[in-house]
Amino acid sequence: MAKAKLMDYDKALELFEPVLGFEVHVELSTKTKMFSAAPNNFGSEPNTNITPTCLGLPGSLPVVNEEAVRYSISLGLALDCEIAESSSFARKNYFYPDLAKNYQISQFDEPIAINGNVEVELPNGRVFQIDIERAHMEEDAGKLTHVGGSTGRIQGAEYSLVDYNRAGVPLVEIVTRMIEGAEHDAPELAKAYVATIRDIVLALGISDAKMERGNLRCDANVSLRPRGSDKLGTRTETKNVNSLRSVERAVRYEIQRQAQILADGGTIIQETRHWHEDTGATSAGRPKSDADDYRYFPEPDLLPVVPDPALIEDLRAALPEKPAERRRRLKADWGFTDLEFQDVVNSGLLNEITETVAAGATPQAARKWWTGEIARLANAAEGDAGIDITPAQVAELQQLVNEGTLTDRLARQVLEAVAAGEGSPRKIVETKGLAVVSDDGALIAAIDEALSAQPDVLEKIKDGKVQAAGAVIGAVMKAMQGKADAARVRELVLERAAAL
Amino acid sequence: MSDISAEQVRHLANLARIDLSDAEIATMTTELGQIMEAVASVQAVATPDVPATSHPIPLKNVYRPDVVADVIPTDKALASAPEHDGSRFKVSAILGEEQ
Repeated sequence: MAKAKLMDYDKALELFEPVLGFEVHVELSTKTKMFSAAPNNFGSEPNTNITPTCLGLPGSLPVVNEEAVRYSISLGLALDCEIAESSSFARKNYFYPDLAKNYQISQFDEPIAINGNVEVELPNGRVFQIDIERAHMEEDAGKLTHVGGSTGRIQGAEYSLVDYNRAGVPLVEIVTRMIEGAEHDAPELAKAYVATIRDIVLALGISDAKMERGNLRCDANVSLRPRGSDKLGTRTETKNVNSLRSVERAVRYEIQRQAQILADGGTIIQETRHWHEDTGATSAGRPKSDADDYRYFPEPDLLPVVPDPALIEDLRAALPEKPAERRRRLKADWGFTDLEFQDVVNSGLLNEITETVAAGATPQAARKWWTGEIARLANAAEGDAGIDITPAQVAELQQLVNEGTLTDRLARQVLEAVAAGEGSPRKIVETKGLAVVSDDGALIAAIDEALSAQPDVLEKIKDGKVQAAGAVIGAVMKAMQGKADAARVRELVLERAAAL
Repeated sequence: MSDISAEQVRHLANLARIDLSDAEIATMTTELGQIMEAVASVQAVATPDVPATSHPIPLKNVYRPDVVADVIPTDKALASAPEHDGSRFKVSAILGEEQ
């Protein structure tokens, strides 16, 4: 695959305005599939979670999973959509062996949810309103493995193997309206949007939302409009984007690629493009079919979904707090500065800090530990299994500091031991004898010894040169193996020097 | 008059993977045109207060509970497949991709 020429990103933005659109597919975590009672499990042996309906065998009939409808309504409500009074299924006809029926059951002109809105916050604090055109129910397709050829991709494959376990898994496809005005932030917005959808479905508890497993998939539409023009450019739709980071990279790549083609006088072909994680590039897929070519028609085997208004209100009342609302509430509750709070959000530490605060630490203390020492330990452990520190342990550690049992320095040592799996902070303090020496008698003995060892320093202190005390404090801290509160030692040094 | 062209029929046949001869396309164009005319006359009768329907019986909300039931054993599922590898269906490599 020849590598496409890319225009410098800033240059591309000077010449063109990026226009975006997203289609996010969310696999619902119901126990069974959308239209059949086959288990909806990830990672089973191939073709073990299948029924005649999944295989489209003659005589089999689909029946709608009630739970999937409830999940879909909840998602629609969480996206601020109107829930359709009546919604219906349609057949999307195409020939590809990922579905055995030669059609996918989807929704076409009567989706379950329409006209929504999602608030998305970027890492730089910019808040974006993304309009949702529709969210509709459909079934997922089976999984093909291409065999033969060198790449494992379809090109050059000799044959393909089909596993229908995923065929029929309930999906909701969320389609945005055209997004303008993102400008330089377009790639970050793409990532933040998908992350927001992920947070919403996780909060609703309706999907595992693991992108690496395909529970959450994003197709990113990108087109460029020349500055000063009001005519939309031709768009491409990038698929196979399996991580938040890839969403960002793929959008940036498409902006740079399209800008170069347009600047060279070329034209953008309306097509799907495949994102390749390894090369960080997209390659051409099939030309985008017209919707007409799918020959959608009402699914004759299924009846309309007409949700009871009382059910909708019940589901609305049960909605969790929206991610954007939660962030606003936490920021106010915690009293963090914009910068502190953004740092926490960008580090993905909202839950950890919430739980640490719930376990008794102050917000500032919780923030300090998680964004500071714990982040440092986690970075140092990268490549390994990571580190395992719980919010309760952090709260306990801070409690030990507040009690005066640990200094900050000792607390960091204890934290390292916690990360190494040596137990709770309190237990580590006991077994390692890491507590601060708070016995003034022991401190005074060490101070007297240090003062007599450095008579010149003692004289200076007596002369009022209190900054000279540093040398004595250092010696005492060393004698105490760091397990003393330096401020208390300083107090005692000055007291003893005056008394001697 | 029929508002379907031979070109549309050819396109539809191609989408449906049906290999039609020119003579068949001519016949189908005429026949589909007649069907379209029939549909058009029904549409002329239908007024805005008649809602579109895809079902003759006004049923709605036919659901099943989210409870797992029996699956087909893999060997049975594969039994009538022309080719398989013991756990998966084997199909010819098709130049195309997921929709």
